[in-house]
This record gives sequence, C-alpha cells and structure tokens, in this order.
Amino acid sequence: MKRFPRRRRITVWLPFALLALAVLVAPIPRLVPPQEREITISLTQFEFSPARLRVNQGDRVTLTLAASDVVHGFYLEGYGIEERIEPGVTKRIEFVAERRGKFRYRCSVNCGALHPFMVGELIVGPNIPFWRAMGLTLLALAGLLVYLQRTGAGYEEVVNESFEIEEAA
Amino acid sequence: MSAQRRTDLLARYPALKRLLLSRAVQPVPMLATLAFFALAVLAGLFGTPAGSRNFGIIFVWIVWWALLILLLVPLTGRLWCAICPIPAPGEWLQRRGIIRRTGGKLRTLGWRWPRRLKNMWLQNFGFLGIAIFSTVILTRPRVSAWVLLGLVLLGVALSLLYEKRVFCKYVCPVGGFIGLYSMLAPLELRVRDPQVCASHTSKDCVTGNEHGYGCPWLIYPGGLRRNIDCGLCTECLKTCPRDNITLNLRPAGSDLLAAQEGRLDEAYKGFIMLGCALLYSVVLLGPWGWLKDWANLERLPYWALYALGFLAFNLAILPGLFWLAAAIAHRLSSGKSSLRRLFVDYSYALVPFGLAAWIAFSLGFVLINGSYALAVLSDPFGWGWDLFGTAGVPWTPLWPDLIPFLQVGVLMPGLLFAVWIAYQVARRHSDTLPQAGRAMLPVTGFLLAVTLVFLRLYLG
Ligand code: SF4
Ligand SMILES: [Cu+2]
Repeated sequence: MKRFPRRRRITVWLPFALLALAVLVAPIPRLVPPQEREITISLTQFEFSPARLRVNQGDRVTLTLAASDVVHGFYLEGYGIEERIEPGVTKRIEFVAERRGKFRYRCSVNCGALHPFMVGELIVGPNIPFWRAMGLTLLALAGLLVYLQRTGAGYEEVVNESFEIEEAA
Repeated sequence: MSAQRRTDLLARYPALKRLLLSRAVQPVPMLATLAFFALAVLAGLFGTPAGSRNFGIIFVWIVWWALLILLLVPLTGRLWCAICPIPAPGEWLQRRGIIRRTGGKLRTLGWRWPRRLKNMWLQNFGFLGIAIFSTVILTRPRVSAWVLLGLVLLGVALSLLYEKRVFCKYVCPVGGFIGLYSMLAPLELRVRDPQVCASHTSKDCVTGNEHGYGCPWLIYPGGLRRNIDCGLCTECLKTCPRDNITLNLRPAGSDLLAAQEGRLDEAYKGFIMLGCALLYSVVLLGPWGWLKDWANLERLPYWALYALGFLAFNLAILPGLFWLAAAIAHRLSSGKSSLRRLFVDYSYALVPFGLAAWIAFSLGFVLINGSYALAVLSDPFGWGWDLFGTAGVPWTPLWPDLIPFLQVGVLMPGLLFAVWIAYQVARRHSDTLPQAGRAMLPVTGFLLAVTLVFLRLYLG
C-alpha cells in the first residue's frame, strides 16, 4: 500500500490555514452610522424583557431598568456595568456600544431559585466575532475534509486490502 | 489497536506503581470525597434554601461538576469512579472493611445481574429521569440532597443483593456517561501481554487473592479493550502475580474504534448526552424566561409539556435526524453493512462531539458562578458563619466576555475529532477510499449543523 507522502500533506492544509488566518484578522469597518437608542428593560423572576437587544457598534444606548417583583441586579458583561435595581425605582444607564459581539446581561442580586440563570443578551452588530467563528469552523471542516479525501489518513488497522491510496499528482 | 503508541507508565515511574499497590490508595481519597459528600447532603437538607449560598448546590453542581467534566473525564476517563463516594458505603459493607483486605466471602446475596440489563439502558433512562427535573435539582438544595442520598441508598441496596459494583456498572446515571466519554481519555489500564493472561490458569484478578479483591467491575483484564468497562480501582494491579497489569498513556480516543461492532445502548447514550447539552444550553443559558418557568415545575401541565418535548428530542428527534444521515450514507456506501449497523457505528462520532458540547456548556456557568465556591466554603449552610474569612466574597464572574471564545475553542476541535471518527467508520463500511470519502458526508453534515446551532446559541 502506498502512503501519501508526509512532505506533501502540508500543501493540503496550508491554504486553509492561511485562509483561516485571514478570516480571523481581516479588519471590518463600521457599517452604519451610530444612533441614539432608548430601551426600557423590565426585570422579573427570572427574566429580562426584552431578553434580546440589538444595537449597532457606536450607538449611544440609554437603558431604563425597572424591577416589578423583588430586588434584582443588572450586570452587563464586557462593559463593566453593574447596578442594583429595587422594585419601583427605575435606574437609567448610559453607555456607548463600542465592543462588537454578544454580551449577556445577568441578574447580580440573588432573587430566588433560578437567579443564576436569569440572563438576557445584548448583540452589538455587526456581530463580527460570531461570523468569524462560523467562518473559521467552516474552513477548518473543509480543510479536514479535503485532507482526508486526499490522504486517506486513518488507522492502518481499518484499511482493508482493497484500499489503494492515490498519490497526489 | 496500535500497541506501539502506548507508554507504560508503571514501568516508567516505579514510584507511581508503589503508590498504586498500596491498599490505601483507593479508600483514602474515597473517605475524603465521602466527607465532602456528607457535608453536601447535610447542607442541602439543613442549610439555606438559597442554592447559590448552599454548599450542597455549589460544591456538587459547580465545583465537582467542573472538576469532572473539564478535567477528570477528558484526561483520566473513569478515575472519578475509583474515588466516588456514592458506592463507598455499599462496597465497604460488602467487604466488612475499608482499607485492609478482609478475608471470607463478600457480605451480599451475590445475585447475578439479569442478562437483559447488562447494558446501558437503565443508565440512559435514569439520566433522562433526572434530566427532566434538572432545573429543580440544580437550584433546590433539599431536592438535590435527596437525589444524592437516594443514589447512595440505591448503591447500598444493590450491593446487598447483587455482586460487587453492579450499581456503578449498570445503574448509576453518572457512571454511564463517564464510561462513554472515558473512551476518549489518553489514559488506560490494560494488561501488558494478553498471552500471559491466557496461559495463567488461576486468574487471580477475577477471583481475588490475599493482596486484593476480585475485579469489582466484573471484568477479566486479559480481555479488557475499552475504558468503559474498567473502574480504575487497581485491585487487579494488586492481585496479579505475573505483574501483567499496567497503566498506559495512549492516543486520545483509542477505544472508539476498538469494538468490532457498536452497541445501540451506547449510541443512545451518545444521543442523550448531546441532546441534553443542547437543551440545557437553550433552557438554562438562554434568555427565554418562559422556558425556564416550564422547566422549573411552576405549573405542572407546562412542565409536562416540557418534559415530553425533552424526552422526544433526546429519544426520537435527534436520533431520527442521525438515522436520516445514516440512511443517506447507506445509499452512498457499498451496501455490505445494514443501515442499523451504520446508524450505531457512526454514532461513536458523537463521543468526542458530545464531550466537547458538555465542556462548552459547562464553561458557560462554571466560570460565571465559580466565585460562589469561596463564599460557601466559609459558610456552607448559609447560616452566617465565616470559617475562613471568605463568606463575604461577592459574586465575581470570571472572564465572562471570553467564555464564548473558549466555547468555540472547544466545539471546533470536538467537531473535527468527530468528523475524523466518522471517516474511520466510513472506511470500515466502504470498499474504496473515495467511497468512504463520500459516505462520511451525511454524518459530517449532521455534526456541522449541530455545531452551528451551538455557535448561534453561544455567540449569535
Ligand atoms: S491475574 Fe494477571 S496474568 Fe492472571 S489473568 Fe489476571 S491479569 Fe492476567
Ligand atoms: Cu433577578
């Protein structure tokens, strides 16, 4: 049985690695002009409503937070924001959504059994980290598939006699 | 499989061997985990009902869980099973001793486990049974404590009726998935030379001798091929007069292709574990409050709907989609293997994939809530104690904005590993390499689709 030459294996996956690097570091500019956003979030056991916010990078966001049942908290990942929200007392928070991606907001004051799972999501678009992760995954998979198809790599034990490994041209 | 790619750890590190030959090496860590376990149960029963302030919740579902799924299972396979407190009381009752090798017969009726149950189905259904209540169990200290206590009592009861560690091997819902994923570990206990065993008539490892007990996991080490069967208790290392047992370092995932034929119960373990990781990521880590209410047993009819959906997804929908992929692969391959056989064999790709999914899911709450561990260490019952001065440590999420990237970093290698396994399976069932290259594609599509769902949940 012929083996696919080790030297040539690199030529199979190198293009994918280079492409992956490009996906990872390619600079992507701001797409839409920043706006002002006024959003009201209500907090109850054990959810934020709305539970998913979409804004764009550069937007100036003003959140009005109101708890209706018990004391909750508002902790926004990636933005270093943490507030205690007492029922009946609204809190206003202002920030500029500079970082792209998905950031969760979490209740930070123990409010009952499911408190650790009281979560909402802020998506600052364009959600470049998400698209980079998707691109990277697809590229890695494509690279592996091409590699397997070209080299037939596998455990020698599972190769039965009829297998012929084609040499790369 | 390729024996040349093994490193015999006991030959290389005699000190490790001396340590493992000691009779104390298993019971001493067991006593330690049992002490933590007892504290967890007591805190659960008598401590504060606020889960995040209760040692029973935090140490079991965050500290122990993180240790198990992020470290012990991926690196050491079933090592946890060797030091787990749950079977300890039952095993010590059987042996009438803890450390010393006691004489005489084991104190048990010694019934044989029914043949029909010598598989993972009980563990599959047991896991699902716990899983549909998991939102309640994870957040209610009392409920959590009763579940843990129930497992110990079941272990004791079975040890009185049946021989040895039947509970661990066929019943424990945790033992099931640890076993499945232990096949990935880069560590194994094996015999050095099966020929030596074949020619050894007294088989002390099975019968036991003055140095140790016969294998509590009811295996014959000479025929051991997959980690799933071995609890790493090291009794055979102590009993073997031929010095034929060792621990090997090996390529990760070596067991996945070791069996000639896959098993349907193990395939389902793979579906259930993947399905649960996916559903928990939606229910617990997702932003949908109504789903959390349903899962939380607020109103019985909604919970019933949730439980039904949960079971249907794990037992029918996910396997059904996989069946579809296997059916297409069946058409693309030589046809020499049945569709059922392809369905089962390809499912072993879900072992690396599922473990990656569990690690990714666990990162999503372990790093966020890990800081509670410091607080409950000082105040395990939530009674206002401050034993080590850490009771006031505030909730401090660790690298919350980094977690999605760690999750991608785990999911992606999991996907690639799984696809590689799918290719090896395709080679087994195909006549030529190009045919194998085509036959692997449907399952690859399934794996990719599930990965994209995870990415959407974690980053999108
Ligand atoms: S006692 Fe040792 S040599 Fe004999 S069968 Fe068991 S492992 Fe093999
Ligand atoms: Cu809250």
